[in-house]
Amino acid sequence: MRPVEVLRFSLKALTGHSLRTALSLLGVMIGVAAVVVLTALGEGARLYVVDQFNSLGTNLLIVLPGRTETSGTMGIGGVPNDLTLEDAQAIAREISQARRVAPISMGTEEVAFRERSRQIVVLGTTSEYQHARRVQLQRGEFLPDEELFRGANVAVLGHKAAKELFDNRDPIGAVVRVGGWRMRVIGVLAKQGTKMGVNFDDLVIVPVRTGMKMLNRSSLFRILIQVHAHTDLDLARDRVVDLITERHEEEDITVITQDAVVSTFSAILNTLTLAVAAIAAISLSVAGIGIMNVMLVSVSERTSEVGLLKAVGVNNRQILTVFLAEASLISIAGGLIGLGTGWLIVRTVVRLWPAFPATTPLWAVGAALGVSIVVGVVFGVIPARRATGLDPIAALGQR
Amino acid sequence: MIRLEGICRTFEVGDQPVYALVDVQEEIRAGEHVAIMGPSGSGKSTLLNIVGCLDRPTAGSYHLDDREVGQLDDGELTQIRRHEIGFVFQFFHLVSRLTAQENVEMPMVFANLPRAERRERARQALDAVGVGARADHLPEQLSGGERQRVALARATILRPKILLADEPTGNLDSKSGRVVLDLLDGLNDDGLTLIVVTHDARVAHRADRVIVLVDGKIAKRAPGDRINEVLSLLAEEDE
Ligand SMILES: Nc1ncnc2c1ncn2[C@@H]1O[C@H](COP(=O)(O)OP(=O)(O)OP(=O)(O)O)[C@@H](O)[C@H]1O
Ligand SMILES: [Mg+2]
Repeated sequence: MRPVEVLRFSLKALTGHSLRTALSLLGVMIGVAAVVVLTALGEGARLYVVDQFNSLGTNLLIVLPGRTETSGTMGIGGVPNDLTLEDAQAIAREISQARRVAPISMGTEEVAFRERSRQIVVLGTTSEYQHARRVQLQRGEFLPDEELFRGANVAVLGHKAAKELFDNRDPIGAVVRVGGWRMRVIGVLAKQGTKMGVNFDDLVIVPVRTGMKMLNRSSLFRILIQVHAHTDLDLARDRVVDLITERHEEEDITVITQDAVVSTFSAILNTLTLAVAAIAAISLSVAGIGIMNVMLVSVSERTSEVGLLKAVGVNNRQILTVFLAEASLISIAGGLIGLGTGWLIVRTVVRLWPAFPATTPLWAVGAALGVSIVVGVVFGVIPARRATGLDPIAALGQR
Repeated sequence: MIRLEGICRTFEVGDQPVYALVDVQEEIRAGEHVAIMGPSGSGKSTLLNIVGCLDRPTAGSYHLDDREVGQLDDGELTQIRRHEIGFVFQFFHLVSRLTAQENVEMPMVFANLPRAERRERARQALDAVGVGARADHLPEQLSGGERQRVALARATILRPKILLADEPTGNLDSKSGRVVLDLLDGLNDDGLTLIVVTHDARVAHRADRVIVLVDGKIAKRAPGDRINEVLSLLAEEDE
C-alpha cells in the first residue's frame, strides 16, 4: 500500500471526526508552542544578561576591600585595611597584565544648579573608567587624563541628571554644586540605563580624589582592572592578590572576575531554560495520552469497520499502518502548527520588547518536533494494536 | 472446489462448551448456488465464516481447491479473503464517512491498484448494480436496497470466485430484496460460486441446492425447488 494511499485514507478518517481531531491537535500544539516560547524566553534572558555584562566591558577584574570567604587570616577586629589610591597606583605600576586601572569611590550627594537640586549617586573615578566600562558620551568630554592625586573640580553628568537640572539648556561649562563643592560640567553621558545595579543616567562622575574628599572616604569602593587578554585574567588576579596582601600585610581583599559572574549567570539561565523545556515536554506527553485516548475511542467506534477491513482481506500490517498514520498525522500537524504559533508569539514578544533578545534555540525546535512525533507514534501503537487484535467475526457482529 | 470433512466448531463459554457445528460433511462445486437454512442458533453463520476463512474449525479439514486451509497461516487466509472470497452482510457494513464510490474502491486501495483503474472499475461496478447515479452519495443518503447493492459491488470488485451472503435480504423490503437476489443470480450465472444463508424460503428457492442445519448438524439436503416440502417435513418432525 503506497504511503499516499495510507495518508488519504487516514486523513479521511480524521476529517470525518473533526472536533475530536481538532481537540487532540490542540493538545500537541500547546505542548510544542510552549516549548518554543518558553525556551525562547529562557534563551532571551540569558543573552540579555550576557549582553548587559559585555556592555560593561570585558576582561575585567574587580577588587573589593574585605574578604568574602571566612578565614582566620584577618585581624581580630575583622576590619580590612583601606583600599587606597596608592594601592591602585601600585597595581598599575607592578602588574604588567593590567591594561587599565580605574579606582572607584561611590556615595550619594546633593547636586544642585541654581535653585534646582537632586540627591544622586556620585561616582569618583579616572579617565581609564570610560574605556574599561565602555561609557558613551552624548556631549562634551569624559574626565581628563590627570595626575591621580590632583582631583580637578570637573564633573560629568548622567543623561537624566543633566535633563533634570538643565532642561534643554547646554550644561557644558556650567558650574554645579556637588555637596557644597563647585564643579564645572565638562560632559554628559549618553542614555544607557541601569547596569549592574547602577543607574548610569542619574549620576554624576567626578575625579576619584575629589570624590573621596567630597564623600569623606578613606577607602576606595572598588578598583576596576582591565587586562589585555582574557587569558591574562587568572594570572593577573593572583598577582593582584599577592601584591595587595604584601602591601597590607594580610589578605584582606576579594578579587572577582566579571567573566565568572557572567558564566555563572549564563549557566543558571541555561539550566532554567532546560528545566522549563522539560516541563513543556511533559505537557507534550500529556498531549500524547490525549492522542491515545482519541485513537482508542476511534478504534472502538470503528470496530465494525475494522471487522470489514479484515473480511475484505486487509492484513494486520495495513490496519496497523492506517491507525498509526492517523496518530502520527495528529502529532505532526499539531507539532507544525505549534511551531508556527510559538514562532508568532516569540516574534510578538520581540516586537513589543525589542531590547529583549527572545529567540528559540535550534535544539528546542528539534526537540519539540521530535518529541511530538515520537509521542504520536508511541501513543498510537496501543490503539492500533487493539485494532489489529479485534476478532473480525465479533467486530462484524456489531452493526 | 469446497470440501468440508468432519468440520466441528466448539466455543468455550466459561467452562461450558457450545457445539456450534458438529461433524459437517459437505462438498460445493465451482459455480454452484447453495442456500443454507435452519433455525436461529443452528450454526449457519458459523459455517459461512469457516468457509470464508474468517474462522477456523476446531476439528475436521477444509479443502479449498487443492489447499488444506488448516495448514495455512493467518497471512495466507487474509490473501484468500482478499482475492478469492467476497462477503455480503445483513447490515451492509458500509463505511459511513466514505461515499458509495469510495466504499467500492476500498478493497482495491488495500490491494494496491492504481487510482485511475480503481475509479474506472468502481464506477462500472456501481453501474452494474444500478446505483451509478448515487456514486458520490454517503451511505446514510441511500435506501437499504441501494446500500446492499453498493455492498455487493464492493464484495465483487476484486473478482472473487466465491460470494458468501449472510441474510442479504434480511433487512430489506421484498421488492428491494428481489433486486438484490436478481443481481446475485446474475453473478452466479456468470460462474460465481454463491452461498446464501437465509430464513426465507423464497430466497432458498432460487438455489440449486439447499442445506438445512439443525443444532450444528446437516439435517436435510434438497434441490432448491423442493425446499417447501423439506421445510414442512422438518416442521412435522419437530412436533
Ligand atoms: N463467539 C461465540 N462464542 C460463543 N458461542 C458462540 C459464538 N458464536 C456463535 N456461538 C454459538 O454458536 C451457535 C451457532 O451460532 P450461529 O451464529 O452460527 O447461528 P446462526 O445459525 O447463524 O443463527 P441466526 O440465524 O440467529 O443468525 C449458537 O448457539 C451461538 O450462541
Ligand atoms: Mg447468523
